[in-house]
Amino acid sequence: MDLLLDINGLSVFFGGVQALNKLSLQIRKGEIIGLIGPNGAGKTTAFNAITGRIHPSEGSVFFCGKEITGWPAPRIARNGIARTFQNIKLYEDLSVIENVMIAAHSSISYSFIEAILGVGRYSRDEARIKSRAYELLELMNLGELASEQANSLPYGSQRKLEIARALALNPRLLLLDEPVAGMNPTETREFGQFLLTLRDNLSIGVGLIDHDMSFVMEVCDMIRVIDHGIPIAWGTPSVVRNDPKVISAYLGTDFNGAMDNHATN
Amino acid sequence: MAVSRDRLLTVFSLFILFSFLAYADSNFSHYTLRILQNIAIFITLAVSYNLINGIAGQFSLGPNAFLAVGAYASAIFTLSPEEKLRSFIIEPMLWPLSVISVPFAASLLIAGIVTALVAILMAMPVFRVRGDYLAIVSLGFGEVFQVLANNSMSITNGSLGLKGLQPYTNLWWSWGICVFTVFCTLRLVNSSYGRAMKAVREDETAAEAMGINAFRIKTLAFAFSAFFQGVAGGLLAHLITTISPSLFTFMFTFNLLIIIVIGGLGSTTGSIIAAVLITWGGEALRFFEEPANLFGFQYEGIPGMRMVLFSVILILVMLFARSGIMGRSEFSWEGALGWIKNKLSVMKV
Repeated sequence: MDLLLDINGLSVFFGGVQALNKLSLQIRKGEIIGLIGPNGAGKTTAFNAITGRIHPSEGSVFFCGKEITGWPAPRIARNGIARTFQNIKLYEDLSVIENVMIAAHSSISYSFIEAILGVGRYSRDEARIKSRAYELLELMNLGELASEQANSLPYGSQRKLEIARALALNPRLLLLDEPVAGMNPTETREFGQFLLTLRDNLSIGVGLIDHDMSFVMEVCDMIRVIDHGIPIAWGTPSVVRNDPKVISAYLGTDFNGAMDNHATN
Repeated sequence: MAVSRDRLLTVFSLFILFSFLAYADSNFSHYTLRILQNIAIFITLAVSYNLINGIAGQFSLGPNAFLAVGAYASAIFTLSPEEKLRSFIIEPMLWPLSVISVPFAASLLIAGIVTALVAILMAMPVFRVRGDYLAIVSLGFGEVFQVLANNSMSITNGSLGLKGLQPYTNLWWSWGICVFTVFCTLRLVNSSYGRAMKAVREDETAAEAMGINAFRIKTLAFAFSAFFQGVAGGLLAHLITTISPSLFTFMFTFNLLIIIVIGGLGSTTGSIIAAVLITWGGEALRFFEEPANLFGFQYEGIPGMRMVLFSVILILVMLFARSGIMGRSEFSWEGALGWIKNKLSVMKV
């Protein structure tokens, strides 16, 4: 089986607040899975719990058959889960190319001493990291911006740079937190196409959070909907779209009633 | 091609530097030579301090502790057994230390290693906290080491200090170590480890999400920085030949902080320039403390006046040039040659 990520009953409490309640989710190789829900539903919390940024209170996370629940974030990243952030977290004062090269740190084979003296595997490794970083920038159409400072980039390019950086980890699973937020419809469509080719070419799994429903419906194979931390629906885009629970979560319980009232007034 | 040109230019400028030092060695006064050695030691200290504060972004206030550890470690290992017997009058020195005596070079290496090990041990409690708290904890360690040095009679000879060190430190040792430190630091900064340090400075969460173990990287930066500060401590000890716990006060850290901030936090080039300016300036400004006749007015000279001037300069830098002399940019031959070409073309027009 090509099961990458297997989450069972994952819960997160912040004091008395239940941010995430018994989330279960599977992501297979070559699949794009959407995680949607209204604001504050616990989507980002789920990503944070999977990637080790916060400690899950209950439940388990398996990655490629290994239990990774509660592992520290760097270790999870090195094992092949890369992510982007909702509020872009680039290394702002560094150049675009450096941003990507940093993510390759776990792949270097030279030691600290070799680095200081500039001997041994140092030069060969540096050359490899650099050419790989340029490749990824080209892939994201950021090639000409390589020596720019990261925070001087326009918003859309910063999002792309974050993805290039995540790919430099050579992940098996990519978690994208609102990748098309702030992009215009054309950019969004292009990004959707790009994501599909990426999945096919690299045969990785993708987990995706976004509020742009047409984008999510278009690219995702399966969608998990959560509300107030509680999973409320699971299925293909067409199933989820017509699920009454999902509609009421997004638009309010008395949606139909409210509409009727509105009409009578 | 550009790489070999840069290498050639670097070797050439090092050759000029050392030729100048050879000339200075036989022609300059003892006082000037002393300043030159101080400059080299302060460059070493500033460059390595900048690595932890500027590059890795961890606001540590502990270099005086590292300086003290390095100074004591190397002094204890170079003193002859007879000298130790003579100095330790209140309590005799601990046994294996009392009979060991090694060459200066070996003692510097020991000083660096011991200091780096101390830094690794310190990293555990120090890097549990960040920002201002980190500053306070590391400041505390500076004080702790002073108290330790005062009270471990059988190792450090307490407040009596260690006297009669051989003046091994000369122009060649201090500048040799200085060049070596700058070389290693530049290499480190341009390696993947250096980039990881910058990543931790910029955004620790994002660094961890990219597989970088922030604690490990910070500890590496801390130990690297401490190694060279320890070696510089050894140089300093054998320059002034007498060390005591009261020598390594917070003022040392404070001076270094001024240097790296004026130079531009995060810029190795800036640290070097500022270390030269401030160490040399500190001596040059003595002029203001001497009596003088200014346009008919008799100026008596006020002791401590240069510190006032220093403070004014620092305030001006903070007001008008927040990012220091260099900001975060570095010197490169590419940039320097471009600048010269630019100037020349302007002159032709």
